[in-house]
Amino acid sequence: MEDRYIIELDGLTKRYGTLTAVDHLDLKIGKGEIFGLLGPNGAGKSTTILMMLGLTEPSAGRATVCGIDATVSPVKVKRKVGYLPDNVGFYDDMTGLENLMYIARLNRLSRKAAREKALQLLERVGLADVAGKKTGKYSRGMIQRLGLADVLIKNPEVIILDEPTLGIDPRGVREFLDLIVGLSREEGLTVLLSSHHLHQVQQVCDRVGLFVSGKLIAEGDIATLSARLFSSEPFIIEAAVDVPAGTTPELPAALILLRERLLGTADIKSVTYEKGTLKISCLRDCSAVIARAIVETGAGLTGLSKKAYGLDDIYQRYFEKQEAV
Amino acid sequence: MAATAQLTAFFKKRYTAREGKSMHPFRVMVFKEVSDHVRSWRFIILGALMVLTCMGALYTSITNLSAAAAKPDDPDSAFFFLKLFTVSDGTLPPFFVFITFLGPLIGISLGFDAINAEQNGRTLSRIMAQPIHRDYLINAKFTAALIIISVMFFALTLLVIGCGLLMIGIPPSPEEFLRILSFLALSILYVAFWLSLSILFSVRFRQAATSALTAIAVWLFFSVFYQIIINLLAKSFIPPEGMAPPEQIIRSQKLVLGLSRLMPGQLFSDATTTLLRPSVRSLGPLTMTQVYGAIPSPLPLGQSLLLVWPQLTGLIAATALCFAISYVLFMRREIRSR
Repeated sequence: MEDRYIIELDGLTKRYGTLTAVDHLDLKIGKGEIFGLLGPNGAGKSTTILMMLGLTEPSAGRATVCGIDATVSPVKVKRKVGYLPDNVGFYDDMTGLENLMYIARLNRLSRKAAREKALQLLERVGLADVAGKKTGKYSRGMIQRLGLADVLIKNPEVIILDEPTLGIDPRGVREFLDLIVGLSREEGLTVLLSSHHLHQVQQVCDRVGLFVSGKLIAEGDIATLSARLFSSEPFIIEAAVDVPAGTTPELPAALILLRERLLGTADIKSVTYEKGTLKISCLRDCSAVIARAIVETGAGLTGLSKKAYGLDDIYQRYFEKQEAV
Repeated sequence: MAATAQLTAFFKKRYTAREGKSMHPFRVMVFKEVSDHVRSWRFIILGALMVLTCMGALYTSITNLSAAAAKPDDPDSAFFFLKLFTVSDGTLPPFFVFITFLGPLIGISLGFDAINAEQNGRTLSRIMAQPIHRDYLINAKFTAALIIISVMFFALTLLVIGCGLLMIGIPPSPEEFLRILSFLALSILYVAFWLSLSILFSVRFRQAATSALTAIAVWLFFSVFYQIIINLLAKSFIPPEGMAPPEQIIRSQKLVLGLSRLMPGQLFSDATTTLLRPSVRSLGPLTMTQVYGAIPSPLPLGQSLLLVWPQLTGLIAATALCFAISYVLFMRREIRSR
């Protein structure tokens, strides 16, 4: 059972004076998993990562990575974990290849092996044609890809990426994330990535953890999270309707009729109308009932869509809750 | 031809053997730092400056050597070769004074951005995420700069010796050579002090410019203002001649001397003077009874070294202290990417 989890955080806490950056964090990440650490800026994501690598000492608790206590023997952990810091930098006056070879040799590869491995990885991340160019001339997206090669050069078991998509254009993000997923699946790597970009994480992660002001407030895959959060009204159906315009500024009569009829149906909790769209939240999938109701009332139905909850909504919901408290 | 081919084959084999062997990460880091230094503009400029200095000092000493050698009552006349480093006509300072002045500049310029450049280039956290101990970085920076300084000083001093040898035609005696070597070691130590001071500032200050300016300010303070302050103090301390008992005069003299030895430049020039002018017998005040009956002859090397031992330990202690503070500061620092 012990080695099923590759990262285990146990009551991890970090305090800076009176500020608690990370507050009793318990987290287990299994082998081969892609885990997304989500949270706004300053939530304590980076601090958590630093503690996992033994770059910062926790005030309390334990971080175990690959069965090794990161605080006690950071060098052993760093041998197995590749870390891409947010806003990574390279030595500007060295070429991409030289930069990679330097890191490889710090990991005790011979010069020859380092060169081979570096060239192979540059090919892999699509930088083979600029290997001989100084990194000072690289673009942000290229730097980030070089960063990925830099992380992989030590043949890690775990890779930790801190805000890896920051500052890359949308297409670059897509390619970069695909690269990560591909690598993880092929080589069985465990990936932990932190981000405050919900959509990107949503695309690639098996499981996410929501991190707000030092606390992990929820974890699980996106479906589980949304089910737990929106248990009162798990389905939202949006219907675009074409109602004959009334003369009065109030809602057209047909619409009022329609709303009453819908509310009368079992499982439908609420109906709101805004600019030609009806937003209906219900306990189960009632699209068929809704469609029939609309058509029978005489309004034109121009579109019907089921809305799945994304991370955005999950996020939003949490902050609404927080503000309410 | 066969020999050349054999030799090439030998080196090729050596090279390929080294290619396939993994090196200790610390050595890799030192190598990288050294090659960074050597390739930098900073190093080229410093090197040019040093070469000019050597040539200038060599020129003045050689043109004035005959005048200096003609003095019949000079106790250092047996050490003709050492005069290459000490003689001057006043227009240009001799070699060792040049080093007192330029040494700090070299030390500061090699160390002022050691740590903060890594931080500002955002490479620090990436390097720290590698399986190395944290102190490797600061140790490698210090070692690499020290290697650079040593190689540069050795090369230049040997160059001065060689040129001098060609021009005056008299080879140095073994003792002279040893004295020059100890002078060299002392110069390297002196530059190492400024190096470790500037590394300390590079850990403490985020901006490389701030750290460079602070180090230069310390240097200026010691080389200009500290002397003025001490002179002012000396005027108020030391009673005018004949107005106080001799013990009191000696006591206040010693106090002023002690204060001026807080200055690393003073320690260095005291020590180098003793090493390069074998007739120097004491670095403090001497009473008439101590001097009475002494023959003005040069000291042997061992005695000269004994005389500068306090200066030497003082410099080592100052260097070690600065390095220790920067080490502790760096080890306790949290490595963040921003």
